[in-house]
Amino acid sequence: MKNLIDRYIRKEMFPHIWCPGCGNGVVLGAIIRAIDDLKWDKNRIAMVSGIGCSSRITGYVDFCTMNTTHGRAIPFATGLKMAKPDMQVIVVMGDGDCSAIGGNHFIHAARRNLNLTAIIINNMIYGMTGGQFSPLTPTHRIGTTAPYGNIDQSFDLVKLAMAAGASYVARSTVYHIRQSISLIKKALNKKGFSVVEIISSCPISYGRLNKIRTPVDMMNWLKDIAVSSKAWENLSPQQREEKLIIGEFLDVDKPDYCALYTQLLEKAREEEVR
Amino acid sequence: MNKSLDNIKLLQGNEACVQGALLAGVRFFAGYPITPSSEIAEGMAYYLPKLGGKFVQMEDEIASMAAIIGASIGGLKSLTATSGPGFTLKQENLGYAIINEIPCVIVNAQRGGPSTGLPTKPAQGDMMQARWGTHGDHSIIALAPSTVDEVFWLTIKAVNFSEKYRTPVILLLDEVIAHMREKVIIPEPEEIEIINRKKPTVPPEEYLPFKPDQDGIPPMANFGEGYRYHFTGLIHNQKGFPTSNPQEIDWHLRHIYNKIKQNAKNITLYQRHFLDDAKIALIAYGSVARAAERVVKLAREQGIKTGLLKLLTIWPFPEEELSRLANQVELMLVPEMNLGQIVLEVERVVRGKCQVISYNRVDGELINPEEILLKIQEEIEK
Ligand SMILES: Cc1ncc(C[n+]2csc(CCOP(=O)(O)OP(=O)(O)O)c2C)c(N)n1
Ligand code: SF4
Repeated sequence: MKNLIDRYIRKEMFPHIWCPGCGNGVVLGAIIRAIDDLKWDKNRIAMVSGIGCSSRITGYVDFCTMNTTHGRAIPFATGLKMAKPDMQVIVVMGDGDCSAIGGNHFIHAARRNLNLTAIIINNMIYGMTGGQFSPLTPTHRIGTTAPYGNIDQSFDLVKLAMAAGASYVARSTVYHIRQSISLIKKALNKKGFSVVEIISSCPISYGRLNKIRTPVDMMNWLKDIAVSSKAWENLSPQQREEKLIIGEFLDVDKPDYCALYTQLLEKAREEEVR
Repeated sequence: MNKSLDNIKLLQGNEACVQGALLAGVRFFAGYPITPSSEIAEGMAYYLPKLGGKFVQMEDEIASMAAIIGASIGGLKSLTATSGPGFTLKQENLGYAIINEIPCVIVNAQRGGPSTGLPTKPAQGDMMQARWGTHGDHSIIALAPSTVDEVFWLTIKAVNFSEKYRTPVILLLDEVIAHMREKVIIPEPEEIEIINRKKPTVPPEEYLPFKPDQDGIPPMANFGEGYRYHFTGLIHNQKGFPTSNPQEIDWHLRHIYNKIKQNAKNITLYQRHFLDDAKIALIAYGSVARAAERVVKLAREQGIKTGLLKLLTIWPFPEEELSRLANQVELMLVPEMNLGQIVLEVERVVRGKCQVISYNRVDGELINPEEILLKIQEEIEK
């Protein structure tokens, strides 16, 4: 670990801003382990985030980093990827960042099958602003702006990404760290738009409001709600309500945006100027 | 000038903008269709790939603004084009470009507003939005051409200024300038001055991405070229990391404000027409300046010593020239296709040294020379 910290972390940025028991650091650890396994050149890696506790991640890693505006990480990353197609561009977003204010960008990056890896740290709440409900807060759960319980349906990001056209879609949790690392690695290696949703722990907002108070309780809760697709098959509809499937949902090969753009450039060069 | 016929083109304002941008080195465009700017996106979609550049039609103007910033950080000269409602959507990320000192150009072909307003009619209602549209203290450069030829040249200037001063630059067209056709003589590439951003001269471990040189401008490393560093929309220190140190905060805000002010002399472009002996000065910009030029001629035929200060740079405001002029003329008349925006700046600068009046039209129609002349005659008779 010491080695990884020396190699990938901007130590001058510490102490970090995250609360004790926060899952953001766990995801950070998973990402740098995945990258370390891939032996990528740091100069060729860009990490782009939006706004939120989770998005602060870009400040802490020694890559080319952009902490952008709330919800807009993907379009910033789009421009960068088009300018520097040989860079690996990783986008890290919170659940609100990705699915509320940034939902449209997420859909369209998937539709383009743009060569980005989107990692969504889903703590099921707006952490940074103090616990308001997000589009990924489950129905009936409490947020500071849903004091009587959330009446909204929540998004299923996995289904959304698949329907919108992504090439790779997976989900894990900060409890299932080995799985998270291997899914992130596969996503990073994927050519088109790849998505890994990591269910995370926010004891300070989500936990406090929903009576999962300690970091240990949160880990047990994650262990409890996450099931494999196999296990899911054997659950009754009632049992399913509280559960989330983890694992790989989609891994397809289809033309990615950068490859298509290269073809477009060739075509444009050949055609006569009108 | 001995130009081959091939270089003489009859271009629409929007087309001239495309040609200017390409010659200035723009290689990335992101946008979303909106009248009266769409021909710029269409031109870029056609020409950029021929030059190895990239065009992306984004899902909205917020994304377009974000994408040009990302591409600029990746080293491509980048431009987006829009109109009223889209310009409003770009404001948040425009602020991001300002605080991070990202070179990029935003074209706003102004139409009537507010809201959906008058999509196919000209207006000059976004002059103050161009200055203050994004929140917080900041500086900006905004240019306003009044002929198609000026659209071509000022687009090149806009790109050059953005690279030189590490700042977004706004090019303010209006529906008339965007759509009218006029002659443009396209120069040979070697006849055009092209400015590229300053790169760092120090090795990566010594690079402070937001530390200005003597000229007030920090050198900029492109991502992917060996310099790893951080951009954030938070107030940051010279390393690029968020800060809550009052001294660093104060320094940062003053830096982004002052770097344009300190270079204002080289940025403020204007043209003087018959001002040497003038007692009345018209202050005009954009398509209204065309009418104003005509007024000067008509008024002089009647023996009224009138001149025109045509503003090409709107922001930073050409304070020095106006202040000088205020000592000479008795009256300044500011015709605008809005309810009086730039006239407020004129009044601020003139400080009562001469009379300042405005003439406004907001019915979607151009201001014609005769009505300005009438206004002058009325004032003289008062
Ligand atoms: C345009 C805009 N609207 C609202 C905010 C305020 N804001 C900051 S972070 C945030 C939500 C963060 O929640 P999430 O994306 O889930 O990330 P987390 O903090 O939970 O990691 C909001 C609403 C903002 N910064 N910008
Ligand atoms: S509020 Fe929640 S998400 Fe934010 S740092 Fe604290 S624990 Fe993490």
